[in-house]
Amino acid sequence: MRISEYFRIPTVSSKSYTVWQRNKDVFMKDIKLNFLPPFIEPLLYLAALGFGLGRFIENIDGVPYANFIAPALIAISVMYASFFECSYGSYVRMYYQKTFDAIIATPVTIEDVIAGELLWGATRSMINAAVMVPVIALFGLIDISYALLIIPFAFLGGLLFGAIGMCFTAVTPNIMAINYPVLLFITPMFLFSGTFFPLNTLPPLVQYFAIAFLPLTHIVNGIRLIGYGTLEPVLLFDLAWITVVCAVLLVVSINMMKKRLII
Amino acid sequence: MKKYKDLLAVNDVSFTIDEGEMFGFLGPNGAGKTTIMRMIQCVSPLTSGSLEIFGMDAMSHPREIKSHIGVVPQENNLDMDFTVYENLLVFSRYFDIPRSEAERRATELLEFVHLEDKRDTMTESLSGGMKRRLILARALINRPKMLILDEPTVGLDPQARHLIWDKLRSLKKQGVTVVLTSHYLDEVEKLCDRLVVMDYGKILVEGSPSQVIEEYVGSGIVEAENNPELIECLQRKEASYEVIGDLVHIYTDNPKQIAEYLTMECSLSKLTARPATLEDVFLKLTGRRLRE
Repeated sequence: MRISEYFRIPTVSSKSYTVWQRNKDVFMKDIKLNFLPPFIEPLLYLAALGFGLGRFIENIDGVPYANFIAPALIAISVMYASFFECSYGSYVRMYYQKTFDAIIATPVTIEDVIAGELLWGATRSMINAAVMVPVIALFGLIDISYALLIIPFAFLGGLLFGAIGMCFTAVTPNIMAINYPVLLFITPMFLFSGTFFPLNTLPPLVQYFAIAFLPLTHIVNGIRLIGYGTLEPVLLFDLAWITVVCAVLLVVSINMMKKRLII
Repeated sequence: MKKYKDLLAVNDVSFTIDEGEMFGFLGPNGAGKTTIMRMIQCVSPLTSGSLEIFGMDAMSHPREIKSHIGVVPQENNLDMDFTVYENLLVFSRYFDIPRSEAERRATELLEFVHLEDKRDTMTESLSGGMKRRLILARALINRPKMLILDEPTVGLDPQARHLIWDKLRSLKKQGVTVVLTSHYLDEVEKLCDRLVVMDYGKILVEGSPSQVIEEYVGSGIVEAENNPELIECLQRKEASYEVIGDLVHIYTDNPKQIAEYLTMECSLSKLTARPATLEDVFLKLTGRRLRE
């Protein structure tokens, strides 16, 4: 396959919705268990870091530490939800459960299957955000005037991280190898994207790198701006970065998976 | 033709399957059977050549073709996140079958494959035979015009195999075209109207089971113990035979005559005459060497 073929716009039909539905149905079977992590995790982080560690930390950019990390916790959850869904989750369905093989024997094409998986990954991110926003708002850590905007924003971020996860799924030789991108890409992002301390305390070169290449930076920044209720123009830059990179990666990830599966 | 990086999986193959017939693909492992099945299912693109199904080109109309095909794959790929009944319902959505119609068909199909008691069981806890039957039911959810089965009865006990055969026959009666691959030659001999034997990506023979047997090994086989005396005797008679280790297979249309000749002229006593089977054709054509 030539490089240019990875950028060819795939033909995706509304049938991808049936794949999304399949994953939604599985999710609903364990709905109680699935809703628990986005509910419990922010509470744990807020208790330990926000209110525990936060007592020793002075205000950051004029806000208390708990308020500083609260939006970042949502962003991290958005990243984890769709990245894991479209990496480990999709890999299990593709390789171990042979779900994709079964589906492509029907009028649903492989492009539809992958698009459905990506949409579902984004939906998981959105669900997590939707659970966390009220919890965090209850503590008074985010301004509720625009807080609902975080939910569609989480869907967009979810699409982006889903596409990233799917690219790794398309090339990973086995399920253990997905640990590499988690260790070398996701975990560093979790720590160095302006999540637990402001980006501007890092050396300028690292800052530029984070802004140019670390997607989480833009998700954290976006949710923080919406969460603070300060819709500044810089939000447009984050939105534009996410939209462009997301669009490219969605196309590339579908083509990469097609290359892996159509033989 | 189907070419992988450095392997020609299917090469210069030409066949026509008539509507309503049961057609078998035979061949050793790696002969290219599964590749052909995947090409007919429109999931594996052709490297070159053409493939037409229901009068439509496989490369340009995959969705339309697939909506009229039912597939029983070699490997079980039931959705283990769902129960037996849910498997059918979830699958019906991929064909855009309305919910109420899907529910009716699912109930009907579970009866058809005798799984109505297992309706709410998770598929993981089904036995091998039950899984195969459920996959057959799943392949029928869209009322296909053509059913493709890749090794449908592999690993099943005789009861389960007979049940599947029975179902396939009744589907054929309803006018469904059935295409299958199998290693069980008795299965193909019993079921198929026509068959091809493949090896190394090519078709070696084509015809009805009896035609193929007649043509390649004759109607009967006499088995005798291998000894030089016998070979000499057979050569004198100019008989068609094959030495297989300690055994000699003599191919004939008249096993009785050969058997008599051998007992009289060569004073041999340990002889078995039996009708020829597809297995004899298969081994004669594809050799006895073990395949990967």
